[in-house]
Amino acid sequence: MTILSLARFQFAMTTVYHFFFVPFSIGTAFIVAIMESMYVSTKDETYKKMAKYWGNIFLLSFAVGVVTGLIQEFQFGMNWSDYSRFMGDIFGAPLALEALLSFFMESTFIGLWVFTWKKVKPGVHLFFIWMTSIGSLTSALWILTANSFMQHPVGYEVKGGRAVMVNFGALLKNPQLWYEYGHVILNAIMMGGIIIAGLTAFQLLKKNNKLTEANKKFYKKSMRIGLLFSLIFSIGGIALGDAQMQYLIKEQPMKFAATEDVFNTTGKRAPWTVVGIADMKDHEVKYNVDIPDVLSILSYHKTTGAVTGMNELNAQFKKKYGKDIDFYPPVNTLFYSFRIMCGIGAWIFLVSLVGLIMTREKSKKPLSQRRWALWCIAITTFLPFIGNTAGWFVTEFGRDPWTVYGLFTIAESVSPNVSVGSLLTSNIIYFVLFTTLAITLIWLIVRELRKDPSEAVEPKFKKVLDPFDKEAF
Amino acid sequence: MSFLQLLWFILIGVLFAGFFFLDGFDYGVGMAVETLAHDESERDQVVQTIGPVWDANEVWLITAGGAMFASFPYWYASLFSGYYLILLAILAGLIIRGVSFEFRSKSPMPQKRFWDWALAIGSAIVPFFLGIMFVSMIHGMPIDANGNFHAGFFDYFNWISVVGGIALLLLTYLHGINYIALKTTGPVQERARNYAEFLYWILYAGEVVFALLLIFMTDFMSVHPIGTIIMLVLIVGFSVLAHVETFAGHELIAFISSGLTLVSLVVLIFIGLFPRVLISSISPKYDLLIQNASSTEYTLVVMTIATCCLLPFVLAYTIWAYWIFRKRIAMPAIPEVK
Repeated sequence: MTILSLARFQFAMTTVYHFFFVPFSIGTAFIVAIMESMYVSTKDETYKKMAKYWGNIFLLSFAVGVVTGLIQEFQFGMNWSDYSRFMGDIFGAPLALEALLSFFMESTFIGLWVFTWKKVKPGVHLFFIWMTSIGSLTSALWILTANSFMQHPVGYEVKGGRAVMVNFGALLKNPQLWYEYGHVILNAIMMGGIIIAGLTAFQLLKKNNKLTEANKKFYKKSMRIGLLFSLIFSIGGIALGDAQMQYLIKEQPMKFAATEDVFNTTGKRAPWTVVGIADMKDHEVKYNVDIPDVLSILSYHKTTGAVTGMNELNAQFKKKYGKDIDFYPPVNTLFYSFRIMCGIGAWIFLVSLVGLIMTREKSKKPLSQRRWALWCIAITTFLPFIGNTAGWFVTEFGRDPWTVYGLFTIAESVSPNVSVGSLLTSNIIYFVLFTTLAITLIWLIVRELRKDPSEAVEPKFKKVLDPFDKEAF
Repeated sequence: MSFLQLLWFILIGVLFAGFFFLDGFDYGVGMAVETLAHDESERDQVVQTIGPVWDANEVWLITAGGAMFASFPYWYASLFSGYYLILLAILAGLIIRGVSFEFRSKSPMPQKRFWDWALAIGSAIVPFFLGIMFVSMIHGMPIDANGNFHAGFFDYFNWISVVGGIALLLLTYLHGINYIALKTTGPVQERARNYAEFLYWILYAGEVVFALLLIFMTDFMSVHPIGTIIMLVLIVGFSVLAHVETFAGHELIAFISSGLTLVSLVVLIFIGLFPRVLISSISPKYDLLIQNASSTEYTLVVMTIATCCLLPFVLAYTIWAYWIFRKRIAMPAIPEVK
């Protein structure tokens, strides 16, 4: 075990874990805000129940998201101090702005939202959840500004052994940012939708024959809103994912070639490898199943177009960067992560579409009576977590061996003075903490879900007292 | 040293001061859950005093860290990698207490008790280790020419840093107690007042020991004698004021005074550091200076503009939030958790 491998493992573990909750929270906050908007505009109590019931799930996910995010900010200094020195001039600004612009907003208004259901007018209360949602939507923008620079550096110079910002506007205009941000946000909202639909499906499977009319309406509306959002946003997510790949061919051809197992530059009509195993010794694909022409169509949306292979790119990079290292990313990881991500995206689209059709009023047999369909939706609850992780694997492993593309390698980034023992300790502590939090969180979410939706609105008190009985100031 | 470098050194100090003033009492209240409250409804009452605001208060720390990364990347890199295990402890504390608010409110007994303890222990860990970190930092650490720490156990844990850690723990505890006295009624408020009246006597002893250690174990008196003495006097002065106002029953003044005690401590540290940001115990020529640890002028300009545009809004809605939650919290009714 080296400090490099331990630091890398830690970064992977902590970011993957953190990113379970980030899109979950962004997505559910947005949909809860929509639900409360419906309540304020229609005065239908069902929507208020929905905002509270799903709001509780959002709050649990948010709590874990916040605390795991702390590790991310500290980690750059702790494990990657040479990276922080090299990149601080550029990388720190978006992080500070994220805190100043987004985190303050999110956390102030979430506190207001939770505790003021009865204290302020519905319109003001609605304002609180929207501010929370906007805070979370913009926080992703800043962190992805930082990440996009690492994928595609812009607006900088290298001076005195470090990267120096010369144009802040260029950081925000980075095309990489807008593809990434769009893809992440659309899929986060899709995730919120499919999770709400999936968890509703679990409840319908469990409670189906014992539901009151009010609860039937509650779950039906939740299901419809959940599926509607996952359908709309999965279409957007898929479209932007496609646009992002078009961009990758030009800007990060190595990453693109790895996701498609292209070692040798193809001819004009590029075949698409459906499955295959990359042999990293001989730099070729084995046991592959190909479909002719399809890669050209996927890559350029027309029948002809060559894709540059990794072998050729590797030779180019060696010349360009003057480094005697191989520039191949972990090809099999990228290839299969990419397929898993796309497969899950397509599956969610399909489930949402079919599910939504089944919930129509005219439908011969309502969705709540079709157990197999409910099971399909219920199982889908877990898939976005896998899909998101796979997506980040493509983005981040595809950057190998760079931390900042073309500028700074991962091996140069690690803290030189941190010991293996320290890193091992922190890995173990994070692992234990994460496991405990995950078990507790799942247990609490299940408890919340099992409650009758009306309980989420009026928690039963033994006796009612006004907790705000005397002025303090 | 340019104007912007100086400005950002001060701003980092302001952010840490804001953090200790605002989040400081959250740690005190967290510890009070197990030390002051006697039963479940009292614990709920105590937690409810910070329930809506603690999260936003903690963002001051995140902002201070982010701003340090942006404006003084060399300081950030050296400090965070140098205090690896200390920061790991702080993170663990922040994590277990951060989730405990939400988890305890949704857990039935006896799991709720587990998260009560997580809240109390996490809230104690954070100020104690922050104290260790900041005080050993002003004592000087073995920093090499590249800004990397090569420290052993006794560089982190020595007389002055341990006293500093305990003092900060006690200060945040008292700040929290004062806040509880301000925000509650009934037996909890009465007990908080009694605790404060007694604990300030221990704090005085701690402050005197700390002042003596500071004078003899750091170079503050030779570098900035006047500033150091003024700040030490202010620290003791605000403590006495808080104590006296507690006796007099002026909770708001007592609370503000204990907050200003913490602010004065941060100011003391930043005055003593100036013009350095990290002190090397190997050689003064390895000290990290404001001048050579900072970002470029361009980045500082960007950050200054952004902060000037955003901070007024942050302060405005923070004040609004405190205004909405301005009332005292009586003993709450306990929800029936099935």
